[in-house]
Amino acid sequence: MESIAKARKICHLLLRFLAFGATLSAVIVMATSHEKASVLVFQVEAKYTNTPAFKYFVIANSVVTVYGFLILFLPPESLLWRLAAATDLVFTMLLVSSISAALAIAQVGKKGNSHAAWLPICNSVPKFCNQVTGALVVGAIALIIYMLLLLNSIHRVLDPVIFRKC
Amino acid sequence: MASRNVEKLDLSFSAVPDKPKKDWVIVYLRILAFLATASATLVMALNKQTKHFVVATIGTTPITVSITAKFQHTPAFIFFVIANGVASLHCLMMIGVDILGPQFDYKGLKPVLIPILDMMSLVLASAGDGAATFMSELGRNGNSHARWDKICDKFGSYCNRGGAALIASFIAIILLLIITVMSINKLKPKK
Repeated sequence: MESIAKARKICHLLLRFLAFGATLSAVIVMATSHEKASVLVFQVEAKYTNTPAFKYFVIANSVVTVYGFLILFLPPESLLWRLAAATDLVFTMLLVSSISAALAIAQVGKKGNSHAAWLPICNSVPKFCNQVTGALVVGAIALIIYMLLLLNSIHRVLDPVIFRKC
Repeated sequence: MASRNVEKLDLSFSAVPDKPKKDWVIVYLRILAFLATASATLVMALNKQTKHFVVATIGTTPITVSITAKFQHTPAFIFFVIANGVASLHCLMMIGVDILGPQFDYKGLKPVLIPILDMMSLVLASAGDGAATFMSELGRNGNSHARWDKICDKFGSYCNRGGAALIASFIAIILLLIITVMSINKLKPKK
């Protein structure tokens, strides 16, 4: 039984590290996406700070990165895992809302909106669009990992017998 | 004497066990959450505004073009309506399960399924909310970098009704969060 408990601990730590890495790379990829282009006679620069939705994505993912880094150091037997379960739930909600918001604005940027006379911008700045797409994909992976971690931490709080060494 | 004591013990153990106390607070909260999500869905789904613009004037007769703003034009609002609709159906189903609940036997996977479904509908409602919030912000302020004009100055009441649906959805998310925490708490084994 001890080997199973150890395997569980290693698996949990690995999952937390993966989640930390995923949110960190989402932040980095989105923050370094900028491209200059010239549309007609204007000089257009596309940065992530142009849209509040992308700013929200970067801020939300960096908050979750800091949290993910700090929780790697929590000893497995401490009583703070109840708080960790609650904060896991709140941060999962934050992640899902940020991804959904960035996805909505990115979809308008790619396809445009003919009813509101909004033209798509991805034709003029394709590198920026690809990088934003990459950041969103990594963010979606981070979201899935965080949902698994949420179920894990709720299980750990409610039924701690399995996590104790036999 | 000892046998009579044993008999007395047997009688007290064969008495009817206590009925589990019904938790009316969570049913009340679920009814409130159902009302909030249903009103968010309805207000956004019936959101429509038609405006007539004068495009040109030939002689003395003006040519008017009527433009309609509907919620189906934006995929973010379609997702918002679908997400809140699913959340309200889930709340309705959970109210039914809570009221008719004690008649069914809770064994195996069923007690765990309720918090999991609660969490899923919370996550779905939160996603729909995030998308619709930023889309309506784009409609209200426009985006000068991408040359996207704002539309709220022309379609004022469309934007206001969308804002009201968003506020109802925010209230629904807070209620769903409280409900999720309470139903997870119910899973705790009684000491």
